[in-house]
Amino acid sequence: MKKTVREAFEAGEFVITGECGPPKGTEIEEMLHHAEGMLGYVNGINVTDNQSSVMRIGSLPVCRLLKEMGHDPVFQITGRDRNRLAIQSDLLGAEILGINNVLCLTGDGVQAGDHKDAKPVFDLESVQILQTVEALNGGHDLAGNEMKGSTSLFPGAVVTPESKPIEPQLMKFEKKVKAGAKFFQTQAVYDAENFKDFMKFARRYDVKIMAGLVLLTSAGMANYMNKFVPGVMVPQNLIDRMKEAGKEKAIDTGIDIMCEFINETKDICDGVHIMAIGKEELVPEIVKRAGLA
Amino acid sequence: MIVQETKPIETIKEMLKDVKKIFLVGCGDCATVCEAGGSDDLKRLQEALKAEGIEVTGMVIPDTSCHIPDVKSQLKKHAAELEAAEGIGVMSCGAGVQTVGTLYEEKPVYPINNALFLGNTERFGQHVEYCSACGECRIDKLGAICPITRCYKGILNGPCGGVSDGMCEIGNDTPCAWVLAYERLEKQGRLDNLKDASPPKRWSAHLKPMRHLNPTLKKKMEEKEAKRKAKEAKKGK
Repeated sequence: MKKTVREAFEAGEFVITGECGPPKGTEIEEMLHHAEGMLGYVNGINVTDNQSSVMRIGSLPVCRLLKEMGHDPVFQITGRDRNRLAIQSDLLGAEILGINNVLCLTGDGVQAGDHKDAKPVFDLESVQILQTVEALNGGHDLAGNEMKGSTSLFPGAVVTPESKPIEPQLMKFEKKVKAGAKFFQTQAVYDAENFKDFMKFARRYDVKIMAGLVLLTSAGMANYMNKFVPGVMVPQNLIDRMKEAGKEKAIDTGIDIMCEFINETKDICDGVHIMAIGKEELVPEIVKRAGLA
Repeated sequence: MIVQETKPIETIKEMLKDVKKIFLVGCGDCATVCEAGGSDDLKRLQEALKAEGIEVTGMVIPDTSCHIPDVKSQLKKHAAELEAAEGIGVMSCGAGVQTVGTLYEEKPVYPINNALFLGNTERFGQHVEYCSACGECRIDKLGAICPITRCYKGILNGPCGGVSDGMCEIGNDTPCAWVLAYERLEKQGRLDNLKDASPPKRWSAHLKPMRHLNPTLKKKMEEKEAKRKAKEAKKGK
């Protein structure tokens, strides 16, 4: 049995988390199957919150299902669809459902998703959601009202080390730390040298940092991310390797690239967040090949 | 200024499909500047409607269509033309449309324009949105750049992860408001302004529908009310 995310961080262990994107619709067998496969290989599983603003099952009920399975879920919560009342309600809900970790995000714009005419909420953004968790953990709500029973959530946040310009992002990172973030998952990183530079900055703060890793499955995917995903930069030499690998060896090469990154950086950061988008069944193999099993 | 545009002619035709005679109201202010409510624009619409078999019984361009008393007096001069029309088409923002709707409750009123935003003019004919009239301005700390308006998400604590090379992920060549604010404050040597987290926005500062009295009028009305109360109290004695 793996330690929970919080226990593992507190024990100073290298933490591994996976990710689970709830489906659109009520057929959850495949998602549960993937999650089951990760049991024993990860300390926690992030459950995304209408990722990319595409409507799916909510993060919270899926967190509960994964908890029952034996996982330590990380409840991703965004400000995109909820105002401050709904955010606080859901955080209290997470507590009573036994969810320990919450990743506080601003959320994608609705223009990116499949309900483009929806009203974007963004009443609170990531820093303010962290402040909300801190308030609820302290026994009062955002309006200062005392509550009967507080939460004991372990708050995390994200940071984009490859964002350009980087200074405003780092300013926000500092705000997140001040607002109570205990751990960070980065946006997908590929350049170990750039990541090391970021870690030099991040190490000034008493927070845990996990490198966010997205499995490359083709050169096309890498090019797509470089072009369309803000804050993601796949270096040309990795794109070339994916190209050379061809279709047959693409996944294998993608795993190699991820494992090399882990090996090169595992001594300077506190964990990895593995996003094997659509290929979650590969997470155990990735963990084994990275020598983390 | 309220930046606005005239609806596509197909939409106007669909909206007016049961109307044969219409009176047109423009606006000499914002709508005229936006080429969507001045005399040339009304004439152009008149021609287009004529082709659809819709007769324009008359038209008027008030100085400012959101000014209810002014529009009332202007429309009075066109009573016969208004009477002859089945409905009134208004080329202005929704404020002007509702001015006419308030003054002519017995006739259907048709919004010919779509109001888009409270705009700044960058150069003649080009407008951008800088202010949302949110009820509580806090941009003194942000280099006079409003993230409520100029950031797609309206967030208050720095850029989201959707910024790339200083540009917003929504496209349209929109710069990230937070990168702009950061750069401006850096120039002013005031980056410390960004150190502390902003609390959530007080949305109660703008609860729709808003009402407002100018200070002079407010004072006058308060004085009048005080007098009335004093009079009543005297009577009571």
